[in-house]
Amino acid sequence: MTEYIIRRVLQALLVLMVMTLLVFFGVNVIGNPVYIFASSECDQACLTAIIKDLGLDQPIWRQYLTFVGNLIQGDMGKGFTHGVPALHLILERLPATLELAFCALLMALVVGLPLGIYAGLKPQTWTAKLIMSFSTVAFSLPVFWIGIIMILTFSVQLGWMPSVGRGDTVALGGVRLSLFTLDGLHHLAMPAFTLSLIMMAMVIRLARAGMREVMFTDYIKFARASGVPERRILGVHALKNILIPIVTVLGMEFGGVIAFAVVVESIFSWPGVGKMLIDAIGVLDRPLIVAYLICVVFMFVTLNLLIDILYSLLDPRIRLGGGRA
Amino acid sequence: MKPWITGALCAAMMTAAPVVAEEVLTIGVRSEASSLDPHWTQLSADVQVHEHIFEKLVALDSASQPIPGLAVSWQALDDTTWEFKLREGVKWHDGEDFTADDVLFTFDRLKAGISGAPASPAFQLDKGGKVWTKVDDLTIHITTDGPYPTVAEDLAMLPILAEHAAKGAVESVDFNSGKATMGTGPFKYDTFTPGASVTVVKNPDWWGGDVEWDKVVFRPVTQDASRLAALLNGDVDIIDYPPTVDLPQLQENPEFTVSTIPSDRLIYLMPGYKHVERFITDNDGNVMVPNPMRDWRVRKALSLAINREAIRDRIMGGASLPAKNIVPPGFFGYVEGLEADAYDPAAALALLAEAGYADGFRLMLHGPNDRYINDGRILEAVAQMWTRVGITTEVDAMPRNIFFSRLIRGDDLSMPGFDVPEFSMSLTGWGTVAGEATYTVSGTLETYNAATGGGNGNFGRYSNPEIDARSVLAKRTVDSEKRLALLQEAIRIGMDDYAYIPLHFQVNNWAMRAGLTHKPRTNERTLATEISRVD
Repeated sequence: MTEYIIRRVLQALLVLMVMTLLVFFGVNVIGNPVYIFASSECDQACLTAIIKDLGLDQPIWRQYLTFVGNLIQGDMGKGFTHGVPALHLILERLPATLELAFCALLMALVVGLPLGIYAGLKPQTWTAKLIMSFSTVAFSLPVFWIGIIMILTFSVQLGWMPSVGRGDTVALGGVRLSLFTLDGLHHLAMPAFTLSLIMMAMVIRLARAGMREVMFTDYIKFARASGVPERRILGVHALKNILIPIVTVLGMEFGGVIAFAVVVESIFSWPGVGKMLIDAIGVLDRPLIVAYLICVVFMFVTLNLLIDILYSLLDPRIRLGGGRA
Repeated sequence: MKPWITGALCAAMMTAAPVVAEEVLTIGVRSEASSLDPHWTQLSADVQVHEHIFEKLVALDSASQPIPGLAVSWQALDDTTWEFKLREGVKWHDGEDFTADDVLFTFDRLKAGISGAPASPAFQLDKGGKVWTKVDDLTIHITTDGPYPTVAEDLAMLPILAEHAAKGAVESVDFNSGKATMGTGPFKYDTFTPGASVTVVKNPDWWGGDVEWDKVVFRPVTQDASRLAALLNGDVDIIDYPPTVDLPQLQENPEFTVSTIPSDRLIYLMPGYKHVERFITDNDGNVMVPNPMRDWRVRKALSLAINREAIRDRIMGGASLPAKNIVPPGFFGYVEGLEADAYDPAAALALLAEAGYADGFRLMLHGPNDRYINDGRILEAVAQMWTRVGITTEVDAMPRNIFFSRLIRGDDLSMPGFDVPEFSMSLTGWGTVAGEATYTVSGTLETYNAATGGGNGNFGRYSNPEIDARSVLAKRTVDSEKRLALLQEAIRIGMDDYAYIPLHFQVNNWAMRAGLTHKPRTNERTLATEISRVD
């Protein structure tokens, strides 16, 4: 296990290096941030001074080396836009996004799993067909559109829900969360639901397909024959087996949800990191873009690791470590 | 239920209960303030928040004309010396006195440079080679390296910091946390939650009079539709930049009011003047020599071929002011009687024939699609209008982060200091932030000169000695009547020659709930002091 984790970390470092290279040179090709930031009254001398101050006059490889040097010392640089250390900015906003993503994941599982299992057990009923059409709709409608329609319906027409922002937060261990205030939950409901739809649809489909397959396998038949109660068959034997593909897909999806929840965050003005990333790209705020992507890579690697560990718990046949995991 | 959750819930309910009936104004803004360090950026979204907390020596009225701020008066003692008299009895938010030392500290901080801040207003101090000295506690002298008329306008861009609060403060960071965010303005810093809100509270001791709001909250809502929804359901009281398509409905709805004023931002089309332009070809795709844009008749024809009223009514929801002037009405330098060209495709065709382009040619029109109001749609409309008079126009719209780099530096031939802009025809905008045409004329009409800073926004590389003479002289003429005459002449010459093709001034709109009145500002900023309750 330890060896496996160490290898994973080394892989992650390699990915990080490649990624910083790509982003660093990619952003450089797009254009020069100084032309976006500087006032139109700023003349050539003034532009040159700014370019020099930001170190953009150096050859790109030297800029990169400086960056890597600072990175090793734990300094990711200061964003051009905010003038605040990039890492600080990201950590400040990450809780909002994580909170949103976790709630979405929870909703997807709590709602999606029972619906999917039901649809898998009784595929011919009307209810099951209804559930499947819901999953198709949730899957195919653009998130942007759903978000706007939800705002129009529940905020503007009915007036039940606040339309934008995060609501009251409480600090828990230095992290501000809105999960534990009524106002916060009120604000959280619509964006989290919107964000959960695609995951929910996926859970429904995977659970249904898994259920249909598993219920005809021998071990379920044997379990029935030996008189194991139906509830235990479903809840333990079947569930454990349909969970593996769900964990795999959700794990991948979840990373994407955290990293790029930007659409939902923009619609509901959720002060998360996704929105910050898009703004940073819009103005070519390179330190912020790079720092953010480093965090994302880190997160994906961690998630994948967690999924692998979860696998081994769910299915004893899968064992980590050893020669080639 | 676990005790700490219960505790949290109780806390939430307590904060939700109304404590005192205080007057709170919530403003839904399109762009978030990125820093509360007023020397970090000069971007509108930031400045409008800074202006609630910090003040400048010179303030700007709603038509961006200089009025007394922390300075009560200023005058030129001679061609190179300006005397600023400071306001007496002004207190910082903590009760300390405001003095000339604070002004010196502020200017020194800017002079040293705000490292890492590409949008800092620090360069305003370098213009004219300003040097500042304290005469007494309430008098400051500013000398320039030559006659320099716009000292007051430049100082209107520089917020004054409290020396005792901001000395040694870390740029941006200590201002966002509130540690150094000490001003003299109508509101005090309360909280700043990046991405979510900025809150300021009333300064009861403001020298400028009673402040109506106890608390003002700025809430960034980037998406147009969401911002409007937030207004419709009452989450915010007023929003800036309501989507133009929704303006007619908002104006008819008795529950909402709209305030409107032409902005200082001119949207225009800039032709390229190089001998050979890469994106202008004849109908067979060959590069044209000479470049047809060098013939003023072609430029005039292009202007006549644009139906500005149609753009205003169909694309801008009525929110544009067709223009030929380069600064809006009420600004220093506005030329009376310079009217936008009327749509006249027949005359355009005749002019093109006269210039020898009866068969037309091909043109690539470049522009941003996320910078100005409806910019992408304007580009397409203009292209269709030009195609109709025989100039087959293709549109290449791109995000601003790519557009501006290519516009300014562009071509492969570029070397630092010798930029060769790339585009042969592009749509851009110019905001006359200081309310004064000197830098608009110099920036957009004067011949490009990296050394003097002339024509720094002249990306078509237009060059006209008659304008240069007047513009350069105007920059050195302290007497405002003479300067006005020079500027107006320069503008008239430039516009008669169609140096570029003005489309319109954007019109700023705000939408608010009924029961509020708002005095709109030309410079796009939303100030709580200009919003009041009438219900």
